[in-house]
Amino acid sequence: MNDIWSALLGLGDKLAAHVLLSAAAIALGIAVALPLAIWASRAPPVARAALGFASLVQTIPALALLALFFPILLSLRAVFGEGLPTLGFLPALLALSLYALLPILRNAVTAQANLDPGVIEAADGVGMTFWQRLRLVEVPLSAPYIMAGIRTAAVWTIGAATLSTTIGQPSLGDPIFAGLQTQNWVLVLAGCIASAGLALIADALLGTIEKGLAARRRALTFGGLGAVVLGVLAALVVQFGSSDDDRIVIGAKGFSEQYILARLIGQRLEQAGYAVDYRDGLGSAVAHRAVSSGAIDILVDYTGTIWANEMERTDNPDRDTMLAEIVDWETRTSGTQVLGRLGFENAYGLAMPREKATFGMFETIGDLAARGQGMTIGGDPEFFERPEWIAVRDTYGLRFAARRNFSPTFMYNALRSGEADVIGAYTSDGRIAADDLVILDDPEGAFPNYDAIVLVAPETSEDARLLEVLRPLVGAIDVEAMREANLSVDREDNKLSFDEAARRLAQCAGLESP
Amino acid sequence: MTAPSKPLLEFRNVRKSYDATEAVAGVSLAIAPGEFVALVGASGSGKSTLLKTVNRLVEPTSGTVHFDGESIESLPLAALRRRIGYVFQSIGLFPHMTVGENIAIGPRLLGEKLEDGRIAQLLKLVDLEGAMAARMPDELSGGQRQRVGVARALANEPQLLLMDEPFGALDPITRDALGERVLSLHSEFGLTTVMVTHDMAEALLLADRVLVMDGGAIVADETPHSLLEGAGGEIAQGLVAVPRAQADRLAELAR
Repeated sequence: MNDIWSALLGLGDKLAAHVLLSAAAIALGIAVALPLAIWASRAPPVARAALGFASLVQTIPALALLALFFPILLSLRAVFGEGLPTLGFLPALLALSLYALLPILRNAVTAQANLDPGVIEAADGVGMTFWQRLRLVEVPLSAPYIMAGIRTAAVWTIGAATLSTTIGQPSLGDPIFAGLQTQNWVLVLAGCIASAGLALIADALLGTIEKGLAARRRALTFGGLGAVVLGVLAALVVQFGSSDDDRIVIGAKGFSEQYILARLIGQRLEQAGYAVDYRDGLGSAVAHRAVSSGAIDILVDYTGTIWANEMERTDNPDRDTMLAEIVDWETRTSGTQVLGRLGFENAYGLAMPREKATFGMFETIGDLAARGQGMTIGGDPEFFERPEWIAVRDTYGLRFAARRNFSPTFMYNALRSGEADVIGAYTSDGRIAADDLVILDDPEGAFPNYDAIVLVAPETSEDARLLEVLRPLVGAIDVEAMREANLSVDREDNKLSFDEAARRLAQCAGLESP
Repeated sequence: MTAPSKPLLEFRNVRKSYDATEAVAGVSLAIAPGEFVALVGASGSGKSTLLKTVNRLVEPTSGTVHFDGESIESLPLAALRRRIGYVFQSIGLFPHMTVGENIAIGPRLLGEKLEDGRIAQLLKLVDLEGAMAARMPDELSGGQRQRVGVARALANEPQLLLMDEPFGALDPITRDALGERVLSLHSEFGLTTVMVTHDMAEALLLADRVLVMDGGAIVADETPHSLLEGAGGEIAQGLVAVPRAQADRLAELAR
């Protein structure tokens, strides 16, 4: 219980960001939905088209809708210039506003359609103009129903806003995603409690306004409205009152190693006097573009990932050649600086429980191709879409009975419980040793090299002092140290926090304070 | 009849058709200032449609309506409607406004504030207490609501009062009392009144000119007196026969 309390108390910043994002999205949703509803009430085809569009948007999973705004905004840079943000607040705002549109629009259109025709006839009969009728009759009579729609939209938006973590917008999703990654249920619970609590409070306040409007009691209406405004103002103060724009933002993809390394880098920078911030849980493609576009300042990435996904190369040279070409490519395309290798490799590899491998005499991926057709393969959500997997599959002619996606943490559980026979594992994962897994040999060299490297965003790399602070990290972390750090946050008992694991890793790697 | 004055309201070959059906089939008609005209006919005879062409709640398919010497199309819509009082069966009091606010709505649209004293005066005209002004419409009986509806229609001091089945939903006693009240207001303020009703007895008792409509056309244009003497043709007499028979039977019962 105490753990949850302390986790909750640490969520102030995330809560403020969550409140601001949700409030902005609902406000934008209202600003679009209400004029549209007025137009729709005068033109039935508009009503059909608008409601149809809003319903269609609802069928897109929120996670996908959020991710879709990245390429959309990227292509809009042609119009609005390179300054247009493609990650973080803007895409999250746009996606959530679209989501908020339907309940507000539907309630507003329904309220208009259900107005007593006698009252409308009277409004016309006494000589009201279009705007007078709207202001004096239609809006006051529809307001309680519109408010009910706004209430629904608010609850949805606050829930869906947790997903904006995946596109680099801080929110109450941060602790949820981080906690899911490491099976740290205290963090997950704290995030869920905070966002559910926020939704309940918003619902109650908006409900008060709705009641005030329905009963025509101004005290209730303005009381509720005042409380909402105060809440948003408080969030604004927390968000912008203390922070400065000079923070160094460190990105992390959605797995433990990334969280730990981000903290390791962050702690060094803090010791050197920098203010830092973290964007956790980024998707792989999103993360790389975030650093090359300057949306984040620092990222740990992997050579093979950039090679296959960003450079779209299918050949497989030795590790030095690959790194040299990546450095060259990054410099040419975006000016992103490759600081150097951290010292360990986190390759993809196909892993099986030792017992099963010994029993079935699986030693290489070729053995799996020959005798593994009846097996189930598990992978993280992006694994089967990645070019590396496609290369391995085609090189060896792999075929399986079934393939299943798991979050990285659950993947190992699936292997243990037999729900998967073989998984696409990460070679620096502490659970390979802990769970006694075997990585199958890759004699054809189909999996590329995955040296962990530090990337620094183009503008940030002009800060020579920052580069000096980071430089000792190059070559400092070997795979044993990384595995141990990963295991320390992934194991079920005596879990360490990311911060603590990062501190121990720094010690273990013999890094001195800058 | 006095010397024919300039008509306050004039229909010139007014037609209104919806798809295949013709609701109003070319009506030409002049109504003099001060007249109390009843438009009588069965459901679907076009009487309500014809009435609504005056305040343009219905736009004629062809033909024109002239009000006080001008074509109504040449007047701004809202301005036209503010010069015409309109009372109709479903009343249409604004449920979110008090009785007083409902009555004051017309002047409010013109940017004028109706004094409390004037609201009380208007309520008194329709036999309601001045204290009623603070009530909400849903606290009122049906008859009280229609009285407020009439007061609202009079608030702008209109020249013309249009009434579409105004007493149709009221109980007989309220209906009779409110009809008498409207008739005396009509005389007191020198109004010109056009009332649509399907009740010939009501038309005969209140109006000084009865128009009978059938199939979108006016088939009789008579005074109540001449209708009772048998003028106006078959359809009009069919309508007159109903209250006459009722009156005869009541007289017989009383004997």
